Amino acid sequence: MFPRLVYQSFRRQRRRKLLAGVAITLGVAVATAMIAVAADIGDKINRELRTFGANIVVYPDTDTLDVEIGGVNLKPPADGAYLNEADLPAIKGTFWRHNIVGFAPLMPVTTNASIAGHPQQVDLVGTWFAHLFRYGPDSFSTGVRATNPWWKVQGAWPADDTSDVLIGETLAARTGARPGDTIDVSGRKLKIAGVLSAGPAENQQIVAPLHVAQEIAGRQGAVRRVMVSALTKPEDDLARRASLSADPQKSLSPELYDRWYCSPYVNSIAFQLTEAIPHSRAEQIRQVAQNEGVVLARIKGLMLLVTLAALLASALAVSAAMATAIFERRHEVGLMKALGAGNISVAALFLTEAGLLALLGGAAGFLMGIVLAEQIGKWIFSARVTVEPVLFPVVLAVAVLVTFAGSAASIRRAMRFSPAIVLRGDA
Amino acid sequence: MMDAALNRRQMFLRMLSRPLLVRRGRTLTALVAVVVAASVATATLNLYTDVQAKLRRQFRSYGANIVITARDGGPLPADALARVDAALGNRGVAAPFAFAVARTAAGAPVVVAGTDFDRVRKLDSWWSVTAWPATPGAALVGKRAYQSLTPKGGPLDLMFQGHSLHSTCAGILTTGAKEDSRIYLSLGDFTAWTGLAPATIEVAVSGAPAEIRAMIGTLGGALPEADVQPVRQMVEAEARVLDKTRATLFASTAIIILTAALCMLATLTASVFDRRKDFAVMRALGASQRTVSALFAAEAAGIGLVGAGLGFALGLGIAAWIGRANFHASVSPRFGIFPEVLAGSVLLALLAAMMPISMLRKVQPAIILRGE
Repeated sequence: MFPRLVYQSFRRQRRRKLLAGVAITLGVAVATAMIAVAADIGDKINRELRTFGANIVVYPDTDTLDVEIGGVNLKPPADGAYLNEADLPAIKGTFWRHNIVGFAPLMPVTTNASIAGHPQQVDLVGTWFAHLFRYGPDSFSTGVRATNPWWKVQGAWPADDTSDVLIGETLAARTGARPGDTIDVSGRKLKIAGVLSAGPAENQQIVAPLHVAQEIAGRQGAVRRVMVSALTKPEDDLARRASLSADPQKSLSPELYDRWYCSPYVNSIAFQLTEAIPHSRAEQIRQVAQNEGVVLARIKGLMLLVTLAALLASALAVSAAMATAIFERRHEVGLMKALGAGNISVAALFLTEAGLLALLGGAAGFLMGIVLAEQIGKWIFSARVTVEPVLFPVVLAVAVLVTFAGSAASIRRAMRFSPAIVLRGDA
Repeated sequence: MMDAALNRRQMFLRMLSRPLLVRRGRTLTALVAVVVAASVATATLNLYTDVQAKLRRQFRSYGANIVITARDGGPLPADALARVDAALGNRGVAAPFAFAVARTAAGAPVVVAGTDFDRVRKLDSWWSVTAWPATPGAALVGKRAYQSLTPKGGPLDLMFQGHSLHSTCAGILTTGAKEDSRIYLSLGDFTAWTGLAPATIEVAVSGAPAEIRAMIGTLGGALPEADVQPVRQMVEAEARVLDKTRATLFASTAIIILTAALCMLATLTASVFDRRKDFAVMRALGASQRTVSALFAAEAAGIGLVGAGLGFALGLGIAAWIGRANFHASVSPRFGIFPEVLAGSVLLALLAAMMPISMLRKVQPAIILRGE
């Protein structure tokens, strides 16, 4: 009898059921999409924040002081220590290698050059543009194009295995050099592939493939410093405690140390880089590293609160739709009670119907939410927003709960009326 | 004649108000639907317009986005900072920097900079400093400079073109960048020692990319003898992150408002459709189609109006709460969107009422009353 009542109710009152079902579907779809986007936005914005450039710098541990003003290197040429280029692929062997978006070695040299017939002293920086290297069985490509996405080149990017160079736009404007021209740098003929527009410092430099700078400096395989761009987790108390001492392994308890080491904090990644590259020291670039934590926290917080507001709104909307749907059916309640049904069986019937509706609407809404989240991801971030499958039972449970909550008050009110009054149509 | 007109109007008002009061449950459900839709729309629209300004301010903690340098390596004019301040008004912070390469007692070269510490504290909030210098002659020493020059915390003896300077280390500066290799002095100490004036002014301006471009033009006009350049790294990254955030918020806002509006439409439509017996009775008693439609429309508009008012107030509250919880600053209420929210709510309510009415219109009252 009971299943038949439920079945007939769905068959006969298709319009009403559809209305309530649509409300539930929409509510669940919005909730699913918003939760998925809010959960993913941290990662997505973190990647956007990498536009600010490297957040970790690695330099030799016995380094002398930089003597540099406004990008011009004033250091005696023979001064300073170097890292070994051959050690760099080990960066891809660290625990958080997947969080390292890119890295670029830098090798500055001050040298004499003749640009468009003007002899002068220039700063030349050797680096990787999009260098291919192997670590273990895999090959990777990285360089300044990954770490410094704000660098704009008019002309073409040079290839790493050529001796083509980029010329800073200020320097190019001063000398009249153009892409395709050949310049003479300490006896070598280098072709200008493009004009670089970057920061005030780089705009006055020549940027060359790493091997060119090493040859000019006369130091094979030498690198002054490495800029690393990594996806990090905002600093919290644990990360701050670890940064208080030079050796976190001693100052933290083994348990805390493991937790710190296995979290992508900027200082734990820097610590692992120091371990991976011999005779090096890695440090966070505070301007980038500290601020991105704050910006990230704000944006994540904002999305979380907006999601909360959206969930609340869809819960209320679903409740309101259910309340209307049940209130309309007080005649049925009257009829059932007149025929001898108890309050419990009436409530059971309505709640079963509501539950079924919630499950159906919830499942449809979840699917719609996945599509919606994917669309948002594709449209805004050109990347997938994944919906965790574990969300499905949670969303269904919440949908059923909200539907019950919305129905409960109406069912109670519908049962309070005396059947005779309801059936006469006076209620 | 007058009496009849009055009676009719009284009757209309009575028929409008009584059901709302007698059937409080149904009225409340409809009202809740409108309030939810209106408050969500208000809150998200408020946030959408205000959040960008809030985030921009957050991005200014990244430091300078405009750099002013003297041409050909010379110093900037003496009143340069005053001119920059005048051009900025209260829309940004500027800090002057003067640089020199000095030698330590051991003969090692080191970059010494002169600056205004109060301004730098505001401009470069990420500088990690153990103690800011407060007395004349005190220096802020970069971490790496400290390690290689004064590992025991002794006094600093510096030479510049035959002039010596005896200074003490007040605090240690850590940034992870070039500042770590420098020694910072107050501008007064620096100029008295080296005789050099500032050659660089770093400026942090908050605003949209167009406003920053306009400010670069203004600064260039105020200082025609200097190069004014944007820090592309900062400007571009900020624009990208803001764009993505704004787009996400926009998509969420659109989806939420749409859903709330659809749910409100569904609820109101159902509640009007449920009253088809009232509709039939009125028609059977001789009320014209227009009067009945007007009655239902007036009721829906009333609910829309009250719901929009309540929802607007609630939405402002939600936006203010989100602003305080997330940005620790109040989101300024935008009363300008009230007409839109009001019009939207009333229009949707009317639409919700008119759809079932137009369906019922084609049906004979007798059929409805018989319950078919």
